[in-house]
Parts: sequence; C-alpha cells; structure tokens
Amino acid sequence: MSDKVLYVMYDDDEVLKNSAKQLVAKGVKINEVFSPFPIHGIDPIIGVKNTRLGIMAFLYGLTGLTLATVGMRYFMIVDWPMNIGGKPNFSYLENMLAFVPISFEFTVMCAAHGMAITYLLRNKTLPGMPAQNPDPRTTDDKFVMEIRLSENHNVTEAELDGMLQEIGYLELDKKEIK
Amino acid sequence: MQKEAAIREPLILGHKTYHDVTEDVCRPIEDKAPKMWYILFGIALVIGLYGVGSIMYLLGTGIGVWGLNKTIGWAWDITNFVWWVGIGHAGTLISAVLLLFRQKWRMAINRSAEAMTIFAVFMAGTFPLIHMGRLWVGYWVMPIPNQFGSLWVNFNSPLLWDVFAISTYLSVSLVFWYIGLIPDFATIRDRAKKPLAKKMYSILSFGWSGRAKHWNRFELVSLVLAGLATPLVFSVHSIVSFDFATSVIPGWHTTIFPPYFVAGAVFSGFAMVQTLLLIMRKAMGLEAYIHTKHVEYMNIVIMVTGSIVGTAYITELFISWYSGVEYESYAFINRATGPYWWAYWSMMTCNVVSPQLMWFRPLRRSLLFTFFISIVVNIGMWFERYVIIVTSIHRDYIPAAWSMHFPSHIDIAVYIGTIGLFFVFFLLFARFFPVLALNEVKTILKGSGQSYKESPDYHKHH
Repeated sequence: MSDKVLYVMYDDDEVLKNSAKQLVAKGVKINEVFSPFPIHGIDPIIGVKNTRLGIMAFLYGLTGLTLATVGMRYFMIVDWPMNIGGKPNFSYLENMLAFVPISFEFTVMCAAHGMAITYLLRNKTLPGMPAQNPDPRTTDDKFVMEIRLSENHNVTEAELDGMLQEIGYLELDKKEIK
Repeated sequence: MQKEAAIREPLILGHKTYHDVTEDVCRPIEDKAPKMWYILFGIALVIGLYGVGSIMYLLGTGIGVWGLNKTIGWAWDITNFVWWVGIGHAGTLISAVLLLFRQKWRMAINRSAEAMTIFAVFMAGTFPLIHMGRLWVGYWVMPIPNQFGSLWVNFNSPLLWDVFAISTYLSVSLVFWYIGLIPDFATIRDRAKKPLAKKMYSILSFGWSGRAKHWNRFELVSLVLAGLATPLVFSVHSIVSFDFATSVIPGWHTTIFPPYFVAGAVFSGFAMVQTLLLIMRKAMGLEAYIHTKHVEYMNIVIMVTGSIVGTAYITELFISWYSGVEYESYAFINRATGPYWWAYWSMMTCNVVSPQLMWFRPLRRSLLFTFFISIVVNIGMWFERYVIIVTSIHRDYIPAAWSMHFPSHIDIAVYIGTIGLFFVFFLLFARFFPVLALNEVKTILKGSGQSYKESPDYHKHH
C-alpha cells in the first residue's frame, strides 16, 4: 500500500512544540519527531510513552546480584571452603561481609550493561546501521515532524496543507512510500 | 525550556545558535590537524613506545628489573596504579554525580573528562597486570573452572575485589561515555563530506535517528547509568583503599582510608581535568564553552576535596599518637621525620597548602594560576601514594630488614611511558571525537546562553 509522508521542518524546538500542540488539538496524529537534542515536553504532546528501560535495569541488577551470590556461595562455601585464621566458613551468611563488594560490583555491571544493550537493540542502533533520520540537518539545528497520511484518515492532504500554512513551518517535504 | 537566575553567569558565552555549537565542535575534527597536534602526538608516541618497550623488557626478564627488595615489595607499580585510578575518578564523577545534582556546567567538560577517565583507568590497569610478571596468565584472576582441582580465586581478598571494581568501573564508564557519544557521532556523520569519514562516523553512530522515543530512552538511560555510576565511583576507590586498609601494616590499616582515598581521587582527577582542559579549550577554540566560570567551579571542588584530604592527613597523624600503639605512631613520625621526610613534606605542601589558595576569588579565577596548581596537585597526589606505600613498609619490625627504595630505570620508564600513552589516547580523542557533548550543550543554550540571558524578554515568558 502506498503512503504519503509529510516532513515538516522547523528551526526551533519551542516553535515545533507549539505547532505540534496545535496540530494535535485539530486531531492530527504526529508519527514522529526528529531533533538534534531531546525536546523536553514533546513526549506527551505526540503521545510517546515513557520508556520502561529503568525497570529492565532493575531486573538485570537483580540477576547480577543473584548470580554473584550463587557463584560466591559455590566457590567459597560449597566447593572449596578455605580455612582462613580458623574462622567459620560453613555458611554464606557468616562470611557475608567479605562478599559485599563483589555483590555490589557485579550487580552494577549487569544492570548497566544489560540496560545499555537493551537500549541499543530497542532503538535498532547498532554498529553499521544506516542513518535513520529523514534529513541530515536534524542532527544539527533543524527539527522535523513526521506525519503519515495513512494514519490520518480524518483529514485530507489538502486540509493538512491548509493547517500547516496557517500554523507555519520552515520547510515542507512530501515523500511517497511504497 | 528551563530558566535560571539572571545573576548567574552564562555558561555559554557569545551569541551562539544551535548551528554555531555544531560548527564550533565539529570544525577541529573536520579541519586539518594543526602542526602543534602532530608535534605533541609525536612526543607522546615516542614516550609511550619507550614505556611499551620497557614493559616488554620487564615481561621478558621478570619484575626483578624493578627497584623492589625484600622489605619493599610494593612501590612504584602500586603507586602509579593508585595515582592513575585516582585521576580516573573525575570523569565519571562529573558526568554521573553532577548529572544527579543537575549541574549544567558539567555539560561542557563531561565528555573530555570521561575520555580522560577511561584512558587513565587503562593506564592504571596496566600496573596490576604487569606486576603479575606473567601477563599471559592474567585471566587467572577470574573465577574460571580449571584443571588444577577445584581451585578458585579468593573472594575474601580485597585484591580480587579490586579486579571486579576496576573492570566494572572501566566497562561501565566506557558504556556511559559511548552512549552519550552516539548522537554526536551522528551529527558528524551527517556533515561529513569525505567518503571515508562518512563511513567511519556512520559505523560509530550506530545509525542514530534522533527520534522522540529514542531521546526519551536516551535521557532515562543516562539518568539510570548516572545513578549506577555514582555509588560505583565511591566504591572503586574505597576498594582500592581496602588493598591497604585490610592489611596489618602500621600506616596502612586505618579505617579512615576509604573516604580519604575517594576525596583524594576526586581531588587529583579534577586537577588533571584542569590541566587538560585549559590547554584544550585554547587549542580547539572552545573558550566560549569552557570559560572562567567552569574553571572556578572545578577549583571549588579541588578546594573542598583538598580540604578533606588535608583533614584526613592530620586526623591520621593525631590518631596514630592517640592510639597509643607505638608501631603506629612510629610509622607516622617516621613519615614526617625519617629518610622520606622530603616526600612527606612535598605531599603536605602540594595537597594541603596549595588548594587553600583557592579561597581567594582572583586566584581561583586565574587560568594561569589554576594550571600551575593543577600540576602541583598531581605531583602532590603521586607523592601521597608513594608516602603511604613506601614509608609504611621500608622500616620493618626488625631493624636488620630496614631498607630504602630506589626506583630502577625501568620503574621510571614504565611510569613515564604510561603518561606518554595516556596523551597518545587523549590526543587521538581530541582529534577524532567530539570533545564537547554537542547535544547536551544545545539543551542549555537557551537557558544558560549569554545571548538568551541578555535578551530583554528572557524573564517575561513562562
């Protein structure tokens, strides 16, 4: 199915945000916003939900803590209990204090790397991927809204053009996607 | 857009637009490198290669080439290790702790400070690895199933904690740094004209798009990584201090070590950031982004952490007497008046006296003075580690075992070599990487930029 995409360009984040607000008020769905830096406050306007990566980091951290605990218990208590100065080495809990630093480090290591890898995969940003932004200037000083006609059945292209004329923009680019 | 008080000095001087920020940061990368860069790179490379050669010689001959003896079994190797780890503390502190405290001035310096951190930790890691003598079995420090029976590394040992701490710190700092670099690489990618540069930055930028959702994730990931890295920064140097504090050597086994080492690490790290940035801002024309106010903020950190370090020195001295343990008090009296008195008093002058000069506003705002003090502090912090390590062990319980440490030519060459390698890495970074966090600086342009702050309607809206 062929689709038409409108790329509306602005040269200021505040202006884009105001335009997006007005368009959304008129029932237009904005599919995407591309910007050189995070525009604070744009997410609720265009309906971007908050990421759940934080929850993932917590889960990865718990995994790390569990692995460290299980591992150290096996190495130090079960498999080869060392007699250091005659101190008891029969239980993990009694020797716990010595295991705190590594438990902490391993928790942080798993949480940080797990989250970072998930982040890259979810963004589909990996080494060698082609650039995904519609215009090279969006990583410099331009801000682009993407509006797909296929997801805006309640307005025609002409109506949309009219709205955009009224609201104002810097450049408008239309692309057919097959 | 966030507003801030008008009386606060703007963080970005001049009348910059978003595009100007891009231009200012990308220009040094896109232009030809100045002659000075090649000269410095050449010098650093020669020194670095000399260090590498000395390490090769050490590995081929054994660590007997160091000036160690049976009384002093730890000297320059561990001194250099702790010195470099300490320097490697500023970067993550700036990007993580200052992010949590929403300190916007960090944005101008975090990128290069983090780069410095990573390279410094590389250099630090070299020392424990080569001091094993047999570098090729370095992986034995990991708990790997093996054929020597069920033989595991000792998880009770602070030396093993250090292995985990340093590797976690290095890898997490690297990830934190790289995640911030991705959008900036994309900026360079989208401007690149030469096909090779385009290809390289395209690979480095992972196809970054700048979508709203991606920025949403980016900000959360940065925040969570900062949250994770903050306790990590404190834990790493605490664990480094445990290498000494959990031992039973008078002068080493003191409970003050963890906080005192952490403060010392931040102190020396910021000093190194000052040394590097004061040159970099000039060489790369970034005076509008890293200016007197940034230097002043860093000097205040140096002053505060320097005071903590000074307090720790004096507390240690007092407690050694108050403890009533004669060996303990001797260790400290010997530091100040024994054969290493010169190292002790160099340390005291560099680390306790010099940061106190930062109370004077004209001094802490003087770039030349700051540069001078930053070097003094780095020297002082090297002496601190040398004093702690060597003076505590050079006089054993048996006077017959008393000894002195004289660095061998290889000791010196390896140390100087790591400084060379560090600069090789840092110069490459300055040449090919965006040295300022572009995307972050753009977010504060309207809130803290000079032209916006001076505009008449800055305080009318919102």
